[in-house]
Amino acid sequence: MIGIVNYGMGNLLSVYNAFDYLGAEVMICEYPEDLAKVDQVVIPGVGAFKDCIDKINLSGFCDALDEAVIKKAKPTLGICLGMQVMATKGTEGGIHNGLGWFDATVVRLSPGIATMRVPNIGWNDVRVDEKVPLFKGLPSTVDFYLVHSYFMSANNASDVVATYDYNETVTAAVLKDNIFATQFHPEKSQDHGLKILENFIVWRP
Amino acid sequence: MSKKRLIPKLQLRTSSYNKLKMVLVITKQFGHVIEIGDPVSQAKIYQDQAADELIFINIDKDEKSIDKLATIIRQVSQDIFMPMTVGGGVTNENDFRILLANGADKIAINTNAITDTSLISRTAKRFGSQCVVVSIDYKVDEMGINKVFINGGQERLNMDVVDWARKAEDLGAGEILLTSIDRDGMRNGLDLETISKVAEVVSIPVIAGGGCGLAKHFIDGFLVGKADAVTSGSFFAHRDQNLIQTRSHIKNAGVNIRVHT
Repeated sequence: MIGIVNYGMGNLLSVYNAFDYLGAEVMICEYPEDLAKVDQVVIPGVGAFKDCIDKINLSGFCDALDEAVIKKAKPTLGICLGMQVMATKGTEGGIHNGLGWFDATVVRLSPGIATMRVPNIGWNDVRVDEKVPLFKGLPSTVDFYLVHSYFMSANNASDVVATYDYNETVTAAVLKDNIFATQFHPEKSQDHGLKILENFIVWRP
Repeated sequence: MSKKRLIPKLQLRTSSYNKLKMVLVITKQFGHVIEIGDPVSQAKIYQDQAADELIFINIDKDEKSIDKLATIIRQVSQDIFMPMTVGGGVTNENDFRILLANGADKIAINTNAITDTSLISRTAKRFGSQCVVVSIDYKVDEMGINKVFINGGQERLNMDVVDWARKAEDLGAGEILLTSIDRDGMRNGLDLETISKVAEVVSIPVIAGGGCGLAKHFIDGFLVGKADAVTSGSFFAHRDQNLIQTRSHIKNAGVNIRVHT
């Protein structure tokens, strides 16, 4: 059973529908205790870093996530803001602490060229590390859909498994032990995105 | 750099035969509404043709329209795994919340962004700028100035389109959806001059629409108009044109666009 964490932010329905479409057993985790019932954890998220981390804390999901993701090491997928909150800290609207699962800081995109817009909205050529099982069946450069103004700047290069160029190298996905997270939206990236979710369903790190 | 985007626009209204059902329509200069089919099945066709995003705009004005729109989006999102911008009659944060909860990724606001400009900043703060698309409809007046129109093109304001686009960005908009009413459904090409003016003054992405009738018009929109995305309703819906062919034309003209493999 895959559990999608509902802490009050994010497009849960799209993620739910994508897993359901792929034939996976999936549920929305409305309460922290629901995380005990699931084998895999998905943290979606759309919005601002501070609101997101505040809601994780207020909704009581913080301890439950620590238990499920860190102590029990359940396979975990973060998407977009759900990836960013896994960093040590965020810099959107002030400095805020994140969950700290990745030694990383979330920083603003700064391409420095007027025609390169922020937020960056659209499809970008993402280079993926083909050895990573979550990218199985995909070419080494894949179009994924991104919509973001901030990204996770990782201190450990070994955590980064996908990047794209936006006049700087932008982290597109990170992987550490049982935690995989993407800045792009697999649930919005048509068949290539669905392939990643399909790989996640069977991923046993 | 993000690739340029091709975005079919699906305009919806209540069917004239069944008040409970929404149908896909095309318009000419915001009038001459023609019902052309079912939005859900058309959206699936667009996904199969690898459109980059979809825009759904409800052109009806009644108090139940947000719920009807949400129902359509909910159906679409069961089978469609691509970005969707949804709008038409969105008045407040609750409308945002309803549409987002039913599968929308971005919300387009138009009339209410002008009558209550704090709506832009409030929703940008709550849902993120990337979620707030300010849709601007305009027409050239007798003096040759592009004036902003609201209420589905019914009401002219004494407001210049470039000024409003810049202000919308300052207020927190994440994207501008620019539509020339004069060219809507006319297939005579995009209003490149205005598009490039807007694209120049804002730093957020600009989606340009109104007037596409040939693949060349899209190419011009990207290369001359400097639009980040081009949208069209009638071009894709009404003719024997598909996205795959159009995309090849655009790619061959040297535009950085996704070619689905």
